[in-house]
Amino acid sequence: MYSAVRKNKLKTVLIIFAFVLLMSALGWVISVTLDTPGFFIPMLIFAITYAGISYFASAKMAIAMTGAKPVTAQEAPRLYKIVENLSISAGMPMPKIYIVNDPAPNAFATGRDPEHGVVAATTGILDILDDSELEGVMAHELSHVQNYDIRVTSIVIALVTIIAFVSDWLLRIGMFGGLGDRDSRAGGVMLLVSIVAAIIAPLIAMMLQLAVSRKREFLADASGALMTRYPEGLASALQKIESSARPMRKANNATAHLFLANPFGREKRGQFVRKLFSTHPPTADRVAQLNQMGTEL
Amino acid sequence: MWIAITIIAVVLVAIVFIYNSLVRANVRTEEAWSDITVQLKRRLDLIPNLVNTVKGYASHEKEVFEKVTQARAQALNASGVKETAEAENQFEGALKSLFAVAEAYPDLKASDNFRELQTELVDTENKIQAARRFYNGAVRDLNIKTQVFPTNLIAGMLGFTEKEFFEVEDMATVREPVDVQF
Repeated sequence: MYSAVRKNKLKTVLIIFAFVLLMSALGWVISVTLDTPGFFIPMLIFAITYAGISYFASAKMAIAMTGAKPVTAQEAPRLYKIVENLSISAGMPMPKIYIVNDPAPNAFATGRDPEHGVVAATTGILDILDDSELEGVMAHELSHVQNYDIRVTSIVIALVTIIAFVSDWLLRIGMFGGLGDRDSRAGGVMLLVSIVAAIIAPLIAMMLQLAVSRKREFLADASGALMTRYPEGLASALQKIESSARPMRKANNATAHLFLANPFGREKRGQFVRKLFSTHPPTADRVAQLNQMGTEL
Repeated sequence: MWIAITIIAVVLVAIVFIYNSLVRANVRTEEAWSDITVQLKRRLDLIPNLVNTVKGYASHEKEVFEKVTQARAQALNASGVKETAEAENQFEGALKSLFAVAEAYPDLKASDNFRELQTELVDTENKIQAARRFYNGAVRDLNIKTQVFPTNLIAGMLGFTEKEFFEVEDMATVREPVDVQF
């Protein structure tokens, strides 16, 4: 269990490193194409501002987009007790609890740090899961808060934004031929390189973003299992959710990465492209990791 | 010359880091312990009410009431990990016998007040369990730090010692109230 946590954290770091490499490569293409090294600075300032805003508003936005309503201990005693006990065993402050009125079984967490934690569950998930399964799900969500996943994803999303902007801009230069020496062959090669880079970079960036988000799901599964000491609870919850999968009423690309299960309903397994562009690892893989942890206990 | 200074600087920085991590681990165990005592106290506070409720139906079972009240007083006065764990074990035993008495009185078991107390007790038990898990995790981290090289050298020099795990035999004394069939 500990090794799963370590491995996932390391992979997140590696992916962010890959991002930085991609940025540098783009930067290099630009500085060779034009002789303006000062281009990245305004871009970076923009990205940091963007990341900052999305970081502080992330919880409010997620709650507004999903239509979650806050509930008190009296309104949802079962959910409240489970979350309260988990926060005690994780040694973190009690998060705010929200319920989404939706028959699709799902749950999500947001909040920039444990002090501002928010966990939400749909009415559907409360209906189909028993206590130990719900405990597993909520431990997964609390782990997202505890591992600062919102922080990681907002950094990643900011990086994706920069890369998208830069490549967009590169494409424009390529189109209008804003290059110094248009007659030389080197200029032509550079033009080709910059256009290719402009098209490929955002795709790679997006895949990296999704890779981070999948890694964080695995990480939350592992740390949630550490919290409950009962990986089987979440494993059987995931299988239940999978078998009764249905798209959520307010499924949305912007909030998809927050959820426990894919809000768009079930995905066919084993399709390579689907796998590359999915925010969530396949349920079977997650269940396999959890069962593996169960045998190590 | 410069090499020597660099080495000394690196060692000093490392010592500061290690010391800070030890302090953090130590504070965490203390926090976790106070969480446990809060939850234990919460449970002990439910007992007088429970005893009175059972008394209303089974006033002649004096022995059991005395035992529970005594165990509660002992648990309230316990300090330190070992003593608390022992007092807890005593108390759990007494609580078990109180619930065994309650089994014989269907009216009592069906009363709203008793059922509510039972639910409350189950909940605090879960919370004690959770707090215990967090405490033991924090203790495990601290103990590993005091044993592993090179942290153990610094821990030894600055007087950080291992702490005890909080072990209670069987926490699940009370069962959830079952719906009564009429």
